[in-house]
Amino acid sequence: MTQQHIYQTHETAWCPGCGNFGILEALKMALEGLNLDPHDVVILGGIGQAPKTPQYIECNSFCGLHGRAVPPAVAVKMVNLNLKVIINSGDGDSYGEGGNHFLHNIRRNVDIAHFVHDNQLYALTKGQASPTTMEGMVTPVQVEGSMSIPFNPLLVALGTGAGFVARGFSGRPEHLAGLMKRAISYRGYALVDIFQNCVTFNKLNTYAWYNSRVYELDDSHDTSDLAAAMALASQFGEQIPIGVLYEKPQPDYNSRHAQLSSGQVLAGRDNDPEVVARLMRQLV
Amino acid sequence: MSSLWFGGYTTSLKTGLPGRERAQAQPAAGRPRGRQAFKRTNPGQTPRFVWPCKGGTMYNLLIGGAAGQGVDTITHVLERFIKHAGCGVFTTRDLMSRIRGGHNFALLRFGQTAPSGHDDRLDGLIALNEETLALHLPSLDPQGFALTGLDSDSQDPRVIKLDSLGIAKSLGNQRAAGSVALGAALKLLGIPFTREAAGPIFARYLKEDLVPVNVQAAQAGHESVSQLKKPLQGPYDGHLLLSGAQALCFGAMAAGLQFYAAYPMSPSTSILEHLAQHAGEVGYLVEQAEDEIAAINMALGASYAGARAMTGTSGGGFSLMVEGLGLAGMGEIPLVVVNAMRPGPATGLPTRTEQSDLRFVISAAQGEFPRMVIALRNHEDAFHQTARAFEMAEKYQIPVILLTDQYLQEATATIPLPNPYHIRQPQPLPPEGKGEYARYRYTKSGISPRILPGDPRGFSAVDSDEHDEQGRIIEDADTRVKMMDKRMGKLALLKKDLQEPEHLGEKEPDILLIGWGSMDGPLREAVDLLNAGEGPRVGALVFGDVWPLPERRLRKYAQQAKQRINVEQNYTGQLAQLIREQTGIAMDASVLKYDGRQLTGAQIADRVTKEAGK
Repeated sequence: MTQQHIYQTHETAWCPGCGNFGILEALKMALEGLNLDPHDVVILGGIGQAPKTPQYIECNSFCGLHGRAVPPAVAVKMVNLNLKVIINSGDGDSYGEGGNHFLHNIRRNVDIAHFVHDNQLYALTKGQASPTTMEGMVTPVQVEGSMSIPFNPLLVALGTGAGFVARGFSGRPEHLAGLMKRAISYRGYALVDIFQNCVTFNKLNTYAWYNSRVYELDDSHDTSDLAAAMALASQFGEQIPIGVLYEKPQPDYNSRHAQLSSGQVLAGRDNDPEVVARLMRQLV
Repeated sequence: MSSLWFGGYTTSLKTGLPGRERAQAQPAAGRPRGRQAFKRTNPGQTPRFVWPCKGGTMYNLLIGGAAGQGVDTITHVLERFIKHAGCGVFTTRDLMSRIRGGHNFALLRFGQTAPSGHDDRLDGLIALNEETLALHLPSLDPQGFALTGLDSDSQDPRVIKLDSLGIAKSLGNQRAAGSVALGAALKLLGIPFTREAAGPIFARYLKEDLVPVNVQAAQAGHESVSQLKKPLQGPYDGHLLLSGAQALCFGAMAAGLQFYAAYPMSPSTSILEHLAQHAGEVGYLVEQAEDEIAAINMALGASYAGARAMTGTSGGGFSLMVEGLGLAGMGEIPLVVVNAMRPGPATGLPTRTEQSDLRFVISAAQGEFPRMVIALRNHEDAFHQTARAFEMAEKYQIPVILLTDQYLQEATATIPLPNPYHIRQPQPLPPEGKGEYARYRYTKSGISPRILPGDPRGFSAVDSDEHDEQGRIIEDADTRVKMMDKRMGKLALLKKDLQEPEHLGEKEPDILLIGWGSMDGPLREAVDLLNAGEGPRVGALVFGDVWPLPERRLRKYAQQAKQRINVEQNYTGQLAQLIREQTGIAMDASVLKYDGRQLTGAQIADRVTKEAGK
């Protein structure tokens, strides 16, 4: 029996009652449940309340720039496939500022788990509309109510070719931990959009609002059925499904890549001067 | 093209002309020195430059046509033949930002010694269309030649009408017409042609089945004319022939590059292409990012994980990378960023050259953090300085910016084979002793040991927020001050690693020319030209390291010289501004150009002469 790895956590700066606590708890459960050595785990975030998560759990961390968690995350995995790479970031970070990276890294299909703490607004900057804010919601900036059509990350991910798409809720940490374990174990890009209540700024999508609407998908849902997954991803009203909507094995970036498919690790690697010399001699 | 043609030169490239004899007859010791020299210069008179001065005889050939007519292939093949004959080569490309049509040309200069830059006075012209002839015939030497097709209606005695198309058709492929002209040009220039040498040269650039007909076509062309120029020979057959972009790429490979991410943008795209071409063989990874923001952030992630990383772009893409540059500074993540400059602002002139991003890259990104900026001067320098950039980035855990430009990126030149075994592949500073590992440990040098994720000795934590030794967010004033002092303190150490600008020409000059980066080649020629004449004695300093600015040699020469002139490919004289800001030394005059076309040595010499003694 190998050693059971424990993840230390640090004091947080979140509001009491914040949905982030449930997500942090679920994350810890998932990592410990998979018995991953924290030295082999890298958690990355952008900027916001959610991307502070890597600060509060003891493993390798990279708290980068707003909207830019995904590019460094995929690069970490590209150069060292022995690391488990996880992103904890918010809806504004992942779908707004980082929207282009979200789209193209679904296509790239690098083996990372992307956990989006989706509280449907910007919390760090005090309550403005995010891409997932519901139409009509009044904020300090959208004073007449948000006018834009809410972004549907699950449908976009499914439509762009993601092989693992799930939704969770911070109020059900054990269920969420199960989703996270599956996402981390999935080989390829895995998206888990996580409903998270913001006690301070979102007076519409409250804990009770989510809790009364979410229902857990059971075995009757075929996770290999794309059409069914898209139908579930479109459900957003009185009933909102949580669970794995879609899971399809497909070759990830490293295994498709001509050089990396052999398992080569570029971190710490040196080049052979003879190969470089040979290439240069070809230009003589 | 008349705007590029600098009239007024009365001497020619050939040996035996009166100007050259006069220069040889004038011993250096007998020339007037110092103030006297200025008095001898008659500002109303066009300067007489003796050409060439140190380099021996050089020929300059222009190959021009519409995009898609094969200018590039013909140029590549000619370069190889000329190098095979032992000559040193320097070729620049003047391309329009289009795939078909327009007017493109290459300027191929070669000689017994390797030219350091281009020139726009021609000894030979291969005109693949009538437009090329019309545009460039005015720049042709009286004893030069211009090769055209039979359909040309030019009556100029220097024009040789060649039935390239007819010959190519008779050989069975009219598309080999360019090779007929190529063969003829070789003969006129006194370059030997053998089928044995021709086969492998054509095979480098053409599909296998097209090689025999092109060899035949070139041979037919070679036999169709008589030799016109004195044959040149030199020791360059064993040299490398490569572009500035290629030299940069090999430097990166030798330094152990493992990860390159970029988004295509002229003139940096050639780096992305060259690196992609050799990725499998050397073993590093090349990824085309979805945008430049992704490119720099991917490179940062790769470097954080322990792979030597680089990204590259031009000014527009660099603008997008700026926030990422700050993250490299705050997170102390080693990173090499190439900015291949082109004229801006905004889209500017996409396929032309400029040196206008110096002030920008030195101050890019909010806040204050240590960085290093190295301007690449020439092909050999591009190899070695790129390798050095990786070493500096890892040693100080900072971003290092390499400034190059379209001119150097695309120009090809002959250089001695660099030895990759002499290049160190830098390693992260290992932690010392026991105790808990902390990524941002305060140390005497300000440089903290850097372990990689996956190391059981500790955790690697990067934070773009101000942070403590463990990499956790802080907001207290004390830690902020300590961390700023730690990061900025690295600059003092870095200054000890700076390389002083290279000195050219006179040790005690009357006029000190100051330039940077790719102005190196033209300045070398300008200094030689000016010192071969009777005017004031001229020296030059060419900066490679531009930030932090090395000051020792600058102060010494600037004080001695009677006149200081900055020579830059921009509008505002950015190096001059920087020098004044950092040292208080002001320039007395400027030679600036911002039309997207690099200054030549002769143009610099001409303008310096006009400024001399003012």
